[in-house]
Amino acid sequence: MLGAAKRLRNAGVLGLNERNAELIMRLNPRRFYPRVDDKVLTKKLAIDAGMAVPQLFGVIDHQGDVSKFAQIVDGRESFVIKPAQGSGGDGIIVIVSRSKRRRDSFRTAGGVIVSEAELEHHISNIVSGQYSLSGGKDAALIEYCVQFDPLFEQVSYQGVPDIRVIVYRGYPIMAMVRLPTRSSDGKANLHQGAVGAGVDMSTGMTLKGVLGIDVVEEHPDTGAPIAGLRIPHWDFILQSSARALEVTELGYVGVDMVIDRNLGPLMLEMNARPGLNIQIANGVGLAGRVARIDEIYNSADDPVTRARISRHEFAAERQESLPLDEVAA
Amino acid sequence: MTKSYVWVLAAILTAVGTLMFLYKWLVLGFPVYERQEIPAWTVETTIRFDSGPGSIKVNLQIPNLTPGFGKLDHYSVSKNFGFGVNYAGGGREAEWTVRRADGEQTLFYRIVVYEDKGSQQSDTTPPFPIPPLINEPLRTAVEVLVAEVRDHSADPASFTAELLRLVNNPSPNSNIELILAGAQSSSDFVQMMTTILEFARIPARMIRGLVLQEQQREMMPVPWLEIHDGAAQKNYLDAMAIAEKRADIAQSTLFDFSLYSLPIQTQSVYSVILMMPIGALVMVLMRNVVGIDAFGTFMPVLIALAFRETQLFWGIVLFVLLVAMGLSIRFLLERLRLLLVPRLASVLIVVVLLMMLVSILSHKLGMETGLSVALFPMVIIAMTIERMSVLWEERGPGDAMRAGIGSLVVAIVAYLAMGMDWLEHLVFAFPELLLLVLAIVIILGRYTGYRFTELGRFKAIGRD
Repeated sequence: MLGAAKRLRNAGVLGLNERNAELIMRLNPRRFYPRVDDKVLTKKLAIDAGMAVPQLFGVIDHQGDVSKFAQIVDGRESFVIKPAQGSGGDGIIVIVSRSKRRRDSFRTAGGVIVSEAELEHHISNIVSGQYSLSGGKDAALIEYCVQFDPLFEQVSYQGVPDIRVIVYRGYPIMAMVRLPTRSSDGKANLHQGAVGAGVDMSTGMTLKGVLGIDVVEEHPDTGAPIAGLRIPHWDFILQSSARALEVTELGYVGVDMVIDRNLGPLMLEMNARPGLNIQIANGVGLAGRVARIDEIYNSADDPVTRARISRHEFAAERQESLPLDEVAA
Repeated sequence: MTKSYVWVLAAILTAVGTLMFLYKWLVLGFPVYERQEIPAWTVETTIRFDSGPGSIKVNLQIPNLTPGFGKLDHYSVSKNFGFGVNYAGGGREAEWTVRRADGEQTLFYRIVVYEDKGSQQSDTTPPFPIPPLINEPLRTAVEVLVAEVRDHSADPASFTAELLRLVNNPSPNSNIELILAGAQSSSDFVQMMTTILEFARIPARMIRGLVLQEQQREMMPVPWLEIHDGAAQKNYLDAMAIAEKRADIAQSTLFDFSLYSLPIQTQSVYSVILMMPIGALVMVLMRNVVGIDAFGTFMPVLIALAFRETQLFWGIVLFVLLVAMGLSIRFLLERLRLLLVPRLASVLIVVVLLMMLVSILSHKLGMETGLSVALFPMVIIAMTIERMSVLWEERGPGDAMRAGIGSLVVAIVAYLAMGMDWLEHLVFAFPELLLLVLAIVIILGRYTGYRFTELGRFKAIGRD
């Protein structure tokens, strides 16, 4: 038992207690939480900071406004409903198209047909706070449904794969691609059964995957190998993520990005308590990278510089770091 | 920085808690164990004499049943002597006999007694005393005193108390002065009281006793006054001893700022409340050190409290039964698409009705434990059902069952910890020990090591 703890310590694995006490409580002042917990506010701040985000179709924040839902989605084939204060992907419904057979019915990313009334009930639940972290009143966002890049088609079962980047004091220190599976119902959330694939920070290439707590080489539904995919716009993704410090003022934050077929990388949401499974996906601990950033931290670095330093510092497999100018090229 | 503050604070709390505990335990003598061993006393008499040649018969008055004490054992150590116990004249007598002996003889008699509040006397009822012959002028003085005391008392016990109060008055009247004039020693005093009591036709006698104290090697018997009030013997210490005893009681109440000074009803409530920090400590350990998933922060502790009412086995059965039934009804309600708060209220009402059904059914089946389910916190169960059903929908039955079983496991551990009698007694007698619990919780609050379950979770990393 102690041997196992020692091995994790040597690998620089960050535990939940350490994450809570040393990173979240020290670097994430509670007064800034609404900036990430309230997705309406996040979207506004991100737009101001120059991040690309999915277009907002409408917000429903009163039970009385639930009936406006039909009006908001009128003429739209696909959209996403999500609670403004939800966490961990709970309460999110992805609508990919309207049902061709039944009127006022929609098809979810998982292929289930839902009626307008059912969606309105779901929105009503959201507004009454069922998915809210505080349990209080909430709002439902209806926004653009990302048309995902065919790059990940082979390793996704419906839904939209997304890219989670952990940003420590403004430096992106670790990343993974989250791939929806049949059991995750098209959602890119690891605890709902999605596969996480580690990413080489220097190249943007995927590494092996993790399902639950186990390492997997292939996608469980499609059977396609997970490793070796190159994420496009990798520089832009890292630079956008690095801006999370300026947007949220949180020192330890998870940034979720998606790649739209037409619009490129979009920032979906941010998380002040990002999970730790990303370490399994990358096969390496966060604590070591946190310590490295503390060594080289420079408050004068701008987001672009910070992204470049991360690419240089955190090459996969702890292989010899690439020369800085080679990365820039 | 914060970490060192935490250690300093924890050290202060530990020091204060430990010092208070040690002071109460060692100085004030609070019992550490619930079933404090009742003090047992070994009382030994030694009879030593030089006998001439010939046969010897030694008689020793030995304690009969004394109110407030029980006899554990008694035996005699004597060489060559025959030993027997006789009942004679309302008391017991040890008798040693030997046909032929010469020189110095040593006889031991040893009795082991223990404090037993329930022990009442007595085996013998003495006859009504014949009024003793008292000569004038003492006779008139006694008559006046007896008349006065009789006016102010109702029965033999109160008569004796009043008599002792009057004769112990620091400024006695002339009658009492006359009566006490001849009493030089305390045995004379007790003898005189016996005479007065017999004059009032109350059976009384002087006995000699020992005031039991710790670590006494040699003691002289103290004369006591014993009366028989018709039902039982009562012993009265002599005047000095009564006063000392009073002082003792007064002094001990000064220190009595413990929970024991509260009414019994409040005490029993506190004995439960004071165990909640122990449950909270278990919760902290299970969540932050072991890493078990559970609903809510302190819900398992509240479930554990509910188990106290039902006992563990039936508590688990009832909890699982109610949550399972409630869950299925919650899924039925789901189809009605109710808003959150009305849905929670509906679940609560259904839980109340289910409980009622369980109670009635179990009563009809002759199981009494079902009745105590009424004390199960209904709101806790309703919340458990709601959280579990949301988790069930969002993350699937696996996660929901895991968190449900986790809550139950934490609740069982908390119940076992909170149900330890010795711990309950210790915390109740020494509430300052909770400062130590607080210190532990504060230190654990800065525990940044891995949780036990994380060792398995991250096992894929660092294995080269």
